[in-house]
Amino acid sequence: MADRKFPISTAPFLKGETTTPGIMLHVLLTLLPVVALAFYFFGLSALLLLMSTSLGCLLTEWFFNKNTTKKYSVWDGSALLTGVLLALTLPPGFPLWMAFLGGVVAIGMGKLIWGGLGQNIFNPALLGRAFLQAAFPTAITTWSEPNGRYLALRGTNLAPPLYGAENIEGITSATPLSKMKFDQVPTALHDLLWGNTGGSLGETCGVILLVIGIYLVVRKVINWRIPASVLLTVVVLSGIIYLINPGQYPSPLFMVFSGGLLLGTVYMATDPVTSPLSAKGLWVFGIGIGVLVVLIRIWGGLPEGVMYAILLMNAFTPLINRYIKIRTFGHKK
Amino acid sequence: MDTTHQHNGSTLTFPHGIHPDDNKGYTQALPIERMPFSDDYILPLSQHIGAPSKAIVTKGQQVKRGQMIAEPGGFVSVALHAPVDGTVTDIGLYPGQNGQENLSVRIKTDHFSSQQFEPVKVPDYRQMDLPEFIRHVQNSGLVGLGGAAFPAHVKFSIPEGKRCRYLMVNGCECEPFLTSDDRLMIEYGEDLVNGMMILNHFLGAEKIYIAVEQNKPEALANLRKIVKEGDLPMEVVALKTKYPQGAEKMMIKAILGLEVPSGKLPVDIDVLVSNVGSITALSQYFSTGMPLIERVITVSGSAINRPANVMVPLGTSIRELIDWCGGIKDGVTRVLFGGPMMGMVQKSINTPVVKGTSGILVLSDREVRDLNQYNCIRCGRCIDACPLYLNPCLLGLQAKKGLWEEMEENNIMDCFECASCSYVCPSSIPLVQSFRVAKGFLREKKTRDKETANG
Repeated sequence: MADRKFPISTAPFLKGETTTPGIMLHVLLTLLPVVALAFYFFGLSALLLLMSTSLGCLLTEWFFNKNTTKKYSVWDGSALLTGVLLALTLPPGFPLWMAFLGGVVAIGMGKLIWGGLGQNIFNPALLGRAFLQAAFPTAITTWSEPNGRYLALRGTNLAPPLYGAENIEGITSATPLSKMKFDQVPTALHDLLWGNTGGSLGETCGVILLVIGIYLVVRKVINWRIPASVLLTVVVLSGIIYLINPGQYPSPLFMVFSGGLLLGTVYMATDPVTSPLSAKGLWVFGIGIGVLVVLIRIWGGLPEGVMYAILLMNAFTPLINRYIKIRTFGHKK
Repeated sequence: MDTTHQHNGSTLTFPHGIHPDDNKGYTQALPIERMPFSDDYILPLSQHIGAPSKAIVTKGQQVKRGQMIAEPGGFVSVALHAPVDGTVTDIGLYPGQNGQENLSVRIKTDHFSSQQFEPVKVPDYRQMDLPEFIRHVQNSGLVGLGGAAFPAHVKFSIPEGKRCRYLMVNGCECEPFLTSDDRLMIEYGEDLVNGMMILNHFLGAEKIYIAVEQNKPEALANLRKIVKEGDLPMEVVALKTKYPQGAEKMMIKAILGLEVPSGKLPVDIDVLVSNVGSITALSQYFSTGMPLIERVITVSGSAINRPANVMVPLGTSIRELIDWCGGIKDGVTRVLFGGPMMGMVQKSINTPVVKGTSGILVLSDREVRDLNQYNCIRCGRCIDACPLYLNPCLLGLQAKKGLWEEMEENNIMDCFECASCSYVCPSSIPLVQSFRVAKGFLREKKTRDKETANG
């Protein structure tokens, strides 16, 4: 023992319990109720779509990282999370092969080409969806009504690859947003709240998303400033517009509970990788998203604008980080 | 400015910070014990920040316990004293905690001595003027016992044009595992408040605070009782248990709501902070004449057989101290001096206890885990943890690329390496570890630039 040598490394020697895969798993678990509801409303189609996008994401992550130092990245949960989120933004009758391709693009172009986890500018799931929107504009705007037929497939899920979805007859309906936009027909608030409307897999039931959002904020998994600033901006701005002409424009409640606003606000805008670091920066980011959502929904060409609003503000994030600095302790402003 | 109104409501603290498991249960309830005198003591001449002490004894000379064996080597330097009655056997190079060989005085214990410290008459401090007080403090060998080991008399010498309005004693002891200050406040509370009265006789502060974290209820109760019974002009404030509450800047922020400006000292905003151990030692010197020849050390961790708070003579071999505490268990992974957040890891335990040794931790893989590193996901947990509102996330990315100058622009030199960022990082990125490297590089560069400028 006289000249025993002990291993050395530098402090600290205590470590908090939270790990990056742990955060991913936590977020994935909070998505379980959303997935269950998607199954309740859209049956087997929902599960097949979830599997297709997840498979696309995981296989891409594994294939491109398998010969690198990051070969275990497929297990960190982030690729699976992207896959699940991507599926939740798709219409229930979406062809599975397209969904798979969306997963490949989400991880490949949304994440890996930037350098993998944490390096990307844009939210991978939304980037994947933007690709699908550009590539298959008809398929991604073909909606089916929710109903309780669990084993039935919706729309053109099984369309063979490269076979145009528009050639297949499907039961189509409109989303509350498109009804509002093109026909000025509002949907009953009750249906919006509980999800009994047409729409993407994960954007139907506003109440459950709101509850999960509050849970994630309380557990400090997501930063409260993002949902607060986005929702506040949407409510205030659309409220003003609604008061100007209630007959023509949708009410603030309709704005909040329709479309992908809550899903996008809770799960995509809050992606830490693609949102600013400082408290003030987060407010700028959230207000930006809110303004863009209202502008696109009311005056844009598309009925829904959450995806583009978030992606656009993602692009501004490096700029926000550069110009909005945090004041260091003991320094003047 | 009346600040007392803040202290009635919610518990005081600073923004940000972390809540690690305090691990104080190992030793918090254990009274301070003494270990038997060893055969041999090794006393490095440089146990403090500043110039080394100058040996004034020669090989073969007999020394008495408490006798000065080295005098201050300048103003920023203190004296050193023999911890035992014995004989100087060598003045030479011995391995120290810094991993280098340090010039040290070696003393062999006289086994026939009772080792009784004979009280020396120190003049009444009330009769002293400030320079005389400062000289006494310097000659008592007193340094900051919180770990930094900065000469106490230098700190007590308030610069011309400055004043001390608020005198604070730091009993936060926010580093997990350590309980030596806690025990001192429980067992030596009278000495502590007496030391504050002595110091304030010279500083004349308007307000005296004793700051203690809430996880030390016994110490809080004891000090409150003493202050109340003696009707003393000081306030015992309970601070929220949060790391790094014991950092000077964080403590001042919690109590007064003031920020010490970057690059400045507490005295620049009229505050002086001293440590529990230092003030207790100050009181003991002025009442018995005993200089700083021993200190309380917490020996703890999951891989030590018998955790304890021990009063240890300076110069004791760490190995003997560990043996006194039952030795090391199997499965030991790290030995370190100080706390687990900011302590210094040790390769060897064949080094002596010095003035700045606040704790000895023997850890196993229960504490030290090898974790997978992931990419930064910019979650911002480090930003919410950093007590100085730095941006460790950005600094970490810059450190990875070696962008030292950019790091300097982002105030990396303000970082006092509390390691809260590394503690919370879910991707286990060695943030503070890389900041130490960056700071070292920047300091070196500054010296180099200065040399070039001077031709």
